[in-house]
Amino acid sequence: MADRATGRPAAVEPAGAPPPPGGTGVVAVTKAFGAVRALSGVTLDFPRGAVTALMGENGAGKSTLLKILTGDHRPTEGHVLLDGRPVELRSPAQARALGIRIVPQEPEIVPHVSVAENVYAGALPTGRGRRLDRAALRRRITADLERLGFAGVLDPDLPGSRLTAAQRQLVEIMRALTGEAKLIAFDEPTSSLSEHEADTLFALIGRLRAQGIAVVYVSHRMREIFRLADRIAVLRDGELAGVQDARGTTEGDLVRQMVGRDLSAVFVRGDVATDRVVLRARGLTTDHVRDVDLTVRAGEVVGLAGLIGAGRSELALALAGDLPVRSGTVTLDGQPLPVGSPGRVIRAGLGLAPEERKAQALFLHRSIRDNTSVAVLERLRRWRFVRRGAERDLARAYTDRLRVRAPSIEHEVRKLSGGNQQKVVLARWLARRPKLLILDEPTRGIDVGAKAEIHRIVADLAEEGVALLVISSELPELLGLADRIVVLQNGRVTGELDRAEATEEAVLQLAMADDITAAGAPAGPTSPGAPT
Amino acid sequence: MTSATTPPAVGRPGPGGPGSGSGRARRGGRPLALLAGIGGQNLSLLGALALVLTVFGLLDDNYLGWTNLQVIAEAATITGLLAVVQTVVIICGGLDISVGSQAGLASVVSAMAFTSAGSSAIAGTAAAVAVGILVGIVNGLVIVRGRVNATIATLAGLAAYKGIAQLVSDGRAQGYVLGDPVFVFLGRGRIAGLPVMVWILIIVALAVHVLLTYTDIGRNLYAIGGNDTAARLAGIAINKYLVAVYALIGAVAALAGILLTARTGSGQPVSGSEGLELKAITAAALGGCALKGGRGGIGGTLLAVALLGALENGLTVQGINAFWQNVAQGSLLVVAVVVQQSRSGDRAVGLPG
Repeated sequence: MADRATGRPAAVEPAGAPPPPGGTGVVAVTKAFGAVRALSGVTLDFPRGAVTALMGENGAGKSTLLKILTGDHRPTEGHVLLDGRPVELRSPAQARALGIRIVPQEPEIVPHVSVAENVYAGALPTGRGRRLDRAALRRRITADLERLGFAGVLDPDLPGSRLTAAQRQLVEIMRALTGEAKLIAFDEPTSSLSEHEADTLFALIGRLRAQGIAVVYVSHRMREIFRLADRIAVLRDGELAGVQDARGTTEGDLVRQMVGRDLSAVFVRGDVATDRVVLRARGLTTDHVRDVDLTVRAGEVVGLAGLIGAGRSELALALAGDLPVRSGTVTLDGQPLPVGSPGRVIRAGLGLAPEERKAQALFLHRSIRDNTSVAVLERLRRWRFVRRGAERDLARAYTDRLRVRAPSIEHEVRKLSGGNQQKVVLARWLARRPKLLILDEPTRGIDVGAKAEIHRIVADLAEEGVALLVISSELPELLGLADRIVVLQNGRVTGELDRAEATEEAVLQLAMADDITAAGAPAGPTSPGAPT
Repeated sequence: MTSATTPPAVGRPGPGGPGSGSGRARRGGRPLALLAGIGGQNLSLLGALALVLTVFGLLDDNYLGWTNLQVIAEAATITGLLAVVQTVVIICGGLDISVGSQAGLASVVSAMAFTSAGSSAIAGTAAAVAVGILVGIVNGLVIVRGRVNATIATLAGLAAYKGIAQLVSDGRAQGYVLGDPVFVFLGRGRIAGLPVMVWILIIVALAVHVLLTYTDIGRNLYAIGGNDTAARLAGIAINKYLVAVYALIGAVAALAGILLTARTGSGQPVSGSEGLELKAITAAALGGCALKGGRGGIGGTLLAVALLGALENGLTVQGINAFWQNVAQGSLLVVAVVVQQSRSGDRAVGLPG
């Protein structure tokens, strides 16, 4: 086996150079679904001991490429090369046995069994009569936790249901790393991690690279890519748009390759806030947050920052009437906000675009029209009959305004890309004309083009005088959008920064406050000698 | 892609701005549009129905005669009513397997109230409908307030309502209603050549179809079944809707029970209504309702009811053992769901959701 650990790829590489002899990668891979070519003629190598980042807008073919690598899809043409040998991958299990592993975007954790049993699910050590050999299980998990440096951050006896997002991710990583791994693909691993937790992951990826494993890293986040990647491959419309050494490449280069045009990576908006207070919460206490004071004015964008588990989404859900409020007062436009019923809260003028688009907002099998009009049907009906013409006009108006790209408003929402799905959710709330709009992770998992458009929409809404509360785990986005940032930590507000004071360091400091030392706190694992 | 370089026209929601093109794509010519409107599932149902009618028609000359077709229609009415409301509850993500027991209870109540009110058909039907609605509300509250899985809650109802019907009737047929013109009219009457029972099914089905397709209530029911969390966060009071749906089922099941009484002449606690839940659910599934909710319609369900009715009648006419009919029905339910799963293509592996 050729040692590729030192053999970093050349700085400039012709797009689609085949893997060198003994290398691992894909050769001339094409995948067609009916008439649609999700991937056409992609040749790309994944050198061992290097991190190859895979970028591209949603629908560019990243997932398809990963699925071919992991045996989920069989290529229509071309083949996968593993250590120089063409392999035909018939199933994920076979790919796994050959040493190709993936850490999926959404961890699959069995809630009622322990971390140890989750890690070795499917290959549990058994004794006589297929009984679970708990002693062997204990030895294995202890050894593996030690080997991977997770001892102390992951309690092997904890049931799956009690893991934080970061810990769930660690379980998936441990699964991927049992046995001999040759290639590991990470599919947007940080999308549910806070920045701090992500650092632990990056340290681990560094170690994997040092061990000579080929790492494939799929992400939309530029900073991570530049921090981690040795080489960056960009896909566009199913074709390889370019492969380059990470050094000497700029964000602009990548964005151009991804979208075929220039875009400013981070959006900065002007100050259009007024003095009229729209939302005022005083001493708001729920099962997840305590004593929260929060004010949002018309035309103001307030950012809500914090680590995963700090209570940001729970605060949003409580304001939206979906989680119980234990004490405190909330007023909207001076009127007490009804609690405990999303319907009444919406009628009072508050809209929430929740964190999980597909699970919490969309009716995937219904049309764009249905999804847009669902919260305003009561304004579109005459004697309980929905006025179809008015409904179509409304759906068209708002989907045009937000530039939802779809063949028709009758198109099923599940067939849209993530960015367009998010725009449909926004269209729903724009149609409702709320006084306060809460956006929870509005750009998660969305490609750069759509992201910029959503930032634009937020800015325009503020200009129209809507009060906005934006939750985001991406600090540059929050710093660009928000007039003011409120930081939550462990359910409490630990600080408030206006635009002039807000820097990533300042926000992170408040978000982690005294939490770093608190063992087992929901902030998740801390890596030795880690960040800021 | 180029459109994104121009600044988005936010702030001016004008219908049909540049690059919209949305919603303009019309389906081809008229016949094609008609076919597309019927839908693939319904086309295959029509095909299956034609096949069944042809096969049994060839085997027996009288099968396709007007008289026998009316027999089929009458026999299918009660199943049809229950299948129509089953469709509604399945669309909003629930299930009601107590419909048969509800119909039996209503049948007994209608006959007994009729008798004890001195042969008053109004008292009989009103009491039955009231009991039906009450039972439906109980189902709904157990599911919504008690947070009980709909299958389990109505499985309990299946047993309990049957038990209540047997208790109040002492397990025997009750009363005799065929001396009353109203019941005779319901069970035996005709309007414009069609049995009154069939008219009732047509009216109920049409009303439910309009409710589902043209009103905001129907839209919200589809939304609840499609994604209950999203529905709640979009402001739909899902608990109220669910209780109301179960109450509607109770009312229509009571109607079915009244027709059962009118047809047999007396209140039937069990015979005549037992097993109707299986038929109703089979028809709804066969008609294209996704059992996890959010999809389906009345048209498909009615076609499936017709198919099941034609099949049952054909098998009976051919003198095939009733036990085999049960086997045929069970198989159809499985086939319907298997076909549905393979069409949805959501999830090729893993346990069914």
